[in-house]
Amino acid sequence: MDAETLARIQFGLTAAFHFIFPPISIGLGVILVLLEGIYLKTKNPVYELATKFWVRIFAIVFAVGVASGIVMEFQFGTNWSVYSRFVGDIFGSALAAEGIFAFFLESGFLAVLVFGWNRVTPKVHFLSTIMVMLGSHFSAIWILVANSWQQTPAAYKIAGEGVFRRAEITDFWGLVFNPSSMDRLVHTVVASWATGAFFVVSVSAYYLLKQRHQDVAQAALRVAIPFAVVASLLQPLTGHKSVAGVAQNQPAKLAAFEGHYDSTKPMDLVLLGWTNPSTGQTTAIKIPGMASWLLYRDAQRPVIGLDRFPKQDWPPVAWVFQTYHLMVGVGMLMIALSLLAAWRFRAGKLPECKGLLQALVVAVALPHIANQAGWLSAELGRQPWIVYGLLRTSEGLSKSVPGSHVLTSLILFTVIYAMLFALFLFLLDSKIKEGPTAKVESKRSDRGLI
Amino acid sequence: MDYPFDLQTTWFLLVGVLLTGYAILDGFDLGIGTVYLLAKSDLHRRTLLNAIGPVWDGNEVWLITGGGALFAAFPHVYATVFSGFYLPFMLLLFGLIFRAVAIEFRSKLESARWRQAWDVSFGLASVLIALLAGVALGNMIVGVPLGPDMEYKGTFFTLLNPYSVLVGVTTVALFTMHGSIYAVLKTEGELQEQARKWVFGSIIFFALCYLLTTMATLLFFPHMAEKFRTQPLWLLVPMVNVLALFNIPREIYRRNEMMAFLSSCVAVASLMALFGIGLYPNLVLSNPNPEYSLTIRNASSSEASLTIMLTIAILGMPFVLAYTSAIYWVFRGKVNTQALHY
Ligand code: HDD
Ligand code: HEM
Ligand code: HEM
Repeated sequence: MDAETLARIQFGLTAAFHFIFPPISIGLGVILVLLEGIYLKTKNPVYELATKFWVRIFAIVFAVGVASGIVMEFQFGTNWSVYSRFVGDIFGSALAAEGIFAFFLESGFLAVLVFGWNRVTPKVHFLSTIMVMLGSHFSAIWILVANSWQQTPAAYKIAGEGVFRRAEITDFWGLVFNPSSMDRLVHTVVASWATGAFFVVSVSAYYLLKQRHQDVAQAALRVAIPFAVVASLLQPLTGHKSVAGVAQNQPAKLAAFEGHYDSTKPMDLVLLGWTNPSTGQTTAIKIPGMASWLLYRDAQRPVIGLDRFPKQDWPPVAWVFQTYHLMVGVGMLMIALSLLAAWRFRAGKLPECKGLLQALVVAVALPHIANQAGWLSAELGRQPWIVYGLLRTSEGLSKSVPGSHVLTSLILFTVIYAMLFALFLFLLDSKIKEGPTAKVESKRSDRGLI
Repeated sequence: MDYPFDLQTTWFLLVGVLLTGYAILDGFDLGIGTVYLLAKSDLHRRTLLNAIGPVWDGNEVWLITGGGALFAAFPHVYATVFSGFYLPFMLLLFGLIFRAVAIEFRSKLESARWRQAWDVSFGLASVLIALLAGVALGNMIVGVPLGPDMEYKGTFFTLLNPYSVLVGVTTVALFTMHGSIYAVLKTEGELQEQARKWVFGSIIFFALCYLLTTMATLLFFPHMAEKFRTQPLWLLVPMVNVLALFNIPREIYRRNEMMAFLSSCVAVASLMALFGIGLYPNLVLSNPNPEYSLTIRNASSSEASLTIMLTIAILGMPFVLAYTSAIYWVFRGKVNTQALHY
């Protein structure tokens, strides 16, 4: 394999690994605020127990998120130096803002959240929880602004030549509100809420199944189930906004989403199937003209297909097509499951529905599958451009790094991340088995220990 | 047109401030990591870890933000150095990963084997991070082979020249000293007595390294000292540095731990300043072919970009400093060892 392929695999792998953790922190952060808020209001000790338990889980998730995040921050320079020279002027500001506005906030107040129970008043502690929650949302904002700029560049001018050729910023707010940033931010943040909500639902469902810690589980479910419903229901709406944006700004990506090759035809909405880019055939269960109708309220209206683009500018169509439909399909499943859970929970019947509880335990994976599939479709759909329409991925690569070095680091990352992930699951499992017991609680908070 | 406080110089300073903040703050975390393996008991190790537990992540953010600011203000430096130093940077990343995970995971299970494994990871990772950071700094002084396309032309072994390794070892020594002093500040009783011994040991180790490095620098890399000859006012910085260093054993001896720690902070900061003064206005020296060097002029972002980021920094940094101090205040005082029963 050449250095480019290896570097792409490495970036994709490390980003995908990183993106397991932040969505949990972002969603769980909101739930922590809700749980602790209810506790402060009602003084019901069950909510205190629940808050403290979930703070401990949060700390583990956060740690791996941080460890994998550092890699991301430096990898632009190590593997994509030409790209870094090209985009630095623009998205340096976003990364610097992320550090200043988000990471300091998050990591600073996390200390109070985890270690501060006996050192600050309950109100200050609650304030710290809110700050951590805000901090994780701010990181999402800035990093997505940067990423969206490379999907839909705006507010820039091209300056310089040769190695000095680069995009220079012309308007900061133009960068922040580039054509896709807000749609993608909302979609990703809501996805993260769903991720956190399903996580809490899953663990609580497990306790109900095992008939342990039922009061804490019920308390957490009272917050997490409605949150899961809202986030799941919002997802197709925010996703639809994204599709509309893609139709406008990245028509080749949209065509790949739906396997649409013929620009004279209206676009169908594919539910399930496969596409063959070499023959230009899409075989699928689909609703004819439905995508055209969704986009333009006109089922007859032709939509630009892949035939408009030279083949070397096509993204990996089959991948984009499949990952996109995987995300949407899983999203529908999430809606169904969360509604079902809400219905049984409101009736007070959830503890008896063993089958549903088992499904909810496993459902922790669903948002993660949709997250990863969503990113894959968004990022693969941008190919062969590293900065859409401006710089090709093949041009963005570091020149001074031989393929053998990338291979070495790729192997090491794979090994280390596999180990880390196994450890993470193991620890999570042991913490969940240990559960939110009062005994452990006092032991830990008195010591203020790690 | 070279008036002293243009945007590029400002950003040279700001990146310097962020990295100095990192050296001061994470420096003591790394130093704790170095002496960690010398600790006599599990109780001592836990106490040491607890001394940095609430703050180390926030400290590391100085590096992340420094890296981000470098990317933003001098993208060519970020691109050239990070891709040129590929393998050492990967090692550095693995070090940072292992340290983070070791700190967070170590006490999560009550098994001795589990703890030992993480203890060793934590100690080795800390030493490795300090060493590699120092080697990178050393190479900035030596200069690295660059081409007209700003790309690095050397190999992995180019970076392992004796001088840079010496700077690496000096960095380890410096952080060991700094971390031991922090340990004296945060602990009490038996462990504190132990930490005092570490301070004296590491000061001697550091003083030796420091002398060697200074001599080597003056002999082989006189460009680092040029500004001190042409503008003698700068000599104040090395003077402050030496005074701060001499003050450390004195304050430790007088059991004035806070002053000892502050002196150590001043020592770290003035060393970084020496490095910055020597380097300016270069960022990465090209050696040979100095005409290909990356300077604050040819490697920076556009004026527009630098202005925007300056606004961001001016808006954001006061908040960062305010709540960072507040958080250090919340966690002030000795790490409570009495409450350590389990
Ligand atoms: C700020 C920029 C940024 C952000 C926030 C992300 N990425 Fe990305 N991604 C890139 C910037 C980037 C890139 C540097 O531009 C890459 C490297 C090669 C390429 O074409 O784009 C890339 C490639 C890339 C690839 C490989 C695509 C290919 O080479 O064909 C995958 C699978 C992902 N990313 C996945 C993710 C995930 C799961 C993310 C969520 C955390 C993510 N990316 C966030
Ligand atoms: C390639 C792009 C990315 C880079 C360079 C990056 C960088 C980083 C870094 C350096 C950290 C550690 C901060 C610390 O020490 O406190 C981190 C953590 C974090 N990142 Fe990322 N990140 C990327 C993608 C994302 C995305 C897409 C999101 C969310 C949508 C995100 C959200 C977070 C959050 C919430 C944390 C805190 C740790 C956690 O919650 O697990 N990051 N990231
Ligand atoms: C159910 C209907 C859904 C639709 C119509 C939809 C639509 C989209 C579209 C069009 C994109 C690409 C945006 C771009 O390339 O600019 C996208 C990306 C993404 N989706 Fe979805 N999505 C849906 C459900 C979900 C669900 C349930 C999740 C996760 C819980 C999810 C997570 C993501 C993520 C993380 C991305 C990548 C970030 C981004 O580009 O916004 N999506 N989605």
